[in-house]
Amino acid sequence: MSGVALILGATSDIARACAHRYGAEGYTLQLAGRDPEALEADAQDLRLRHRVKVSTHRFDVLETAGFAPFVDALPALPDTVICAVGFMGTQGTSEKDPQAAALVMRSNYEGPALILGLLADRMALRGHGVLIGISSVAGDRGRASNYVYGSAKAGFTAFLSGLRNRFHGTDLHVITVKPGFVATRMTEGMDLNPRLTALPEQVAEAIWQAEKHRRDVIYVKPVWRLVMQIITALPEILFKRTRL
Amino acid sequence: MQLSGWGRYPRTEGRLSTPRTEVELAALLTGGAITPRGMGRAYGDPAIGAHAVSTRHLDRMLAFDAATGQLVAEAGVTLGAIIKAFLPLGWFPSVTPGTQFVSLGGAIAADVHGKNHHAEGSFGAFVDWIDLMGPEGQVSRCSRTENADLFHWTLGGMGLSGFILRAAIRLKRVESGWIRQTTLAAPHLEAALEAFEATYSATYSMAWIDCAATGARMGRSIVMNGEHARLADLPPAKRAQPFAARGHLSPRVPFDFPGFVLNPWTIRAFNELYYLMGKRGAGPSLTGWEPFFYPLDAIRDWNRIYGRRGFIQFQCVVPLETKAEGLRAILDAITRSGAGSFLAVLKRFGPQESALSFPMEGYTLALDFPVTHRSLDLMPDLDRITADFGGRFYLAKDSRISAETLRRTDPRWQAFVEMRRETGLAQAFTSAQASRLGL
Repeated sequence: MSGVALILGATSDIARACAHRYGAEGYTLQLAGRDPEALEADAQDLRLRHRVKVSTHRFDVLETAGFAPFVDALPALPDTVICAVGFMGTQGTSEKDPQAAALVMRSNYEGPALILGLLADRMALRGHGVLIGISSVAGDRGRASNYVYGSAKAGFTAFLSGLRNRFHGTDLHVITVKPGFVATRMTEGMDLNPRLTALPEQVAEAIWQAEKHRRDVIYVKPVWRLVMQIITALPEILFKRTRL
Repeated sequence: MQLSGWGRYPRTEGRLSTPRTEVELAALLTGGAITPRGMGRAYGDPAIGAHAVSTRHLDRMLAFDAATGQLVAEAGVTLGAIIKAFLPLGWFPSVTPGTQFVSLGGAIAADVHGKNHHAEGSFGAFVDWIDLMGPEGQVSRCSRTENADLFHWTLGGMGLSGFILRAAIRLKRVESGWIRQTTLAAPHLEAALEAFEATYSATYSMAWIDCAATGARMGRSIVMNGEHARLADLPPAKRAQPFAARGHLSPRVPFDFPGFVLNPWTIRAFNELYYLMGKRGAGPSLTGWEPFFYPLDAIRDWNRIYGRRGFIQFQCVVPLETKAEGLRAILDAITRSGAGSFLAVLKRFGPQESALSFPMEGYTLALDFPVTHRSLDLMPDLDRITADFGGRFYLAKDSRISAETLRRTDPRWQAFVEMRRETGLAQAFTSAQASRLGL
């Protein structure tokens, strides 16, 4: 018996891949993004390929006041929520412009955390649900090259961890996804090591498997777990000298 | 990055863009000529250039009309995806080439053909309309009644008539995913040609031909015919799930084979074995759609068996009148050169009127050769023989014919070249192949 999956930030490559993965399992899909009209072609594609019900919804991660009405207006409270909202910005700009930094922080931490918190409460009332937050390895340790984005993701990771802890023992499950490098629009043109880089479809598969096997924290490419273990284990006195 | 076609020969250094929207695509057009690229399954150089633009992210299915079987989809959708979505509902592509990993845009641009060409025509026969982006980023709908010239230039125009954005194609109704296959061993070329003519009414037909056989056995072939199996043709166990005709899982070729793996002896041995197995399996059988239409798809990345240097494919058609002499002359030249072809396919084409498409009534022969001096030396001979017998070449497979050979064998392209110059298409859309052939 398939359920209903809500995908927040549905225009991203990872979100699209997740929609197809859950669609293939027969899930009814709710695609939410800033421009629901732009999602209509994707919705139609999902309907034709997977013969599932798909609806599109307007959702802006920066408009926190609109979160409750957004959830109320959903045709059904979802069984699974995947939050794929994210905005990397540019570290250099974020260092100089507090407004730009705030946008990165709000897009990656404030909005995603608040909407998942809200949905968690609703799901808890109902009695079950799966909340999947796409965070980042960048949140595992702050680095000079992207600590504004990284700190927001660190906040999100901590929030998910707390949520998971709070609902442990209930039928509410929280999954933290740390994809590592992914070949998406966000990383296009970057020179990424192919061995560390996943395809959006691999991320989606890993997420589906994580839900199926009720995992807590996943790295899409297993090598990332090792890489991040080393990075987080480095003593600060050494770490501060690195250029990672 | 390095770009190549499926044959991995030739390779060029080029940029690859992957736009996600029409707006992004139009913006790319302002930066100089682009080369439209689908799944990169053309063998040679039609989809490589200084700036290739991929349809990878333009791959949505947009509408389906179950009354007519008309599917509207973006250019990057693959035939495999179409089969996955629509075979369970009883629909199949009306025409499919030998791989399901081609894009809709590529299938239109090359006006691909399948085993049913003699009976049902090429891919273009089932295209209702095409949305094409022109040099200035403007989009026009082309069909047999609207912008008809552009529509006909686009079928077989190798992506040089504009950027194919989306199209409406008609799928065919099938009752199952199974094929009623009949296999026949033809001991020489004449027997193979006779078999094709005798089974002209079959929906699907093709032959694997042994290019290593000489003398009285020259041109010996395994001829295969097929029909979509109806429900009544299926044993009860299969009738319960008529579309669950799956092939085996795909192993991948994990690395480039060293060059010596494919040599005249292994090729001969393979061909010998293949013929004997075909002969033993002769007669009627029930085959799944995957092994019937896409035997090579079962080995993912099979192009790697030709090693790092890649391979070239030679595909020509010789007219019906000169079929036997033409084919014999080609086979003769191949065996004399000692350059064996690992995979060789023979197929009867039906008549086709078109602006640029490859098929014409006659016989088409498709051959794979590893890139070696011996095979490269052989190619001009095959070109000359094809031209002498009034044949022409399939540009989706081509990586090396000369502009002169194209002019001589297919004068239709001249009008296309002039049209491209007059309309600004020549400045906006090009490819390594277009440069080589002066298109």
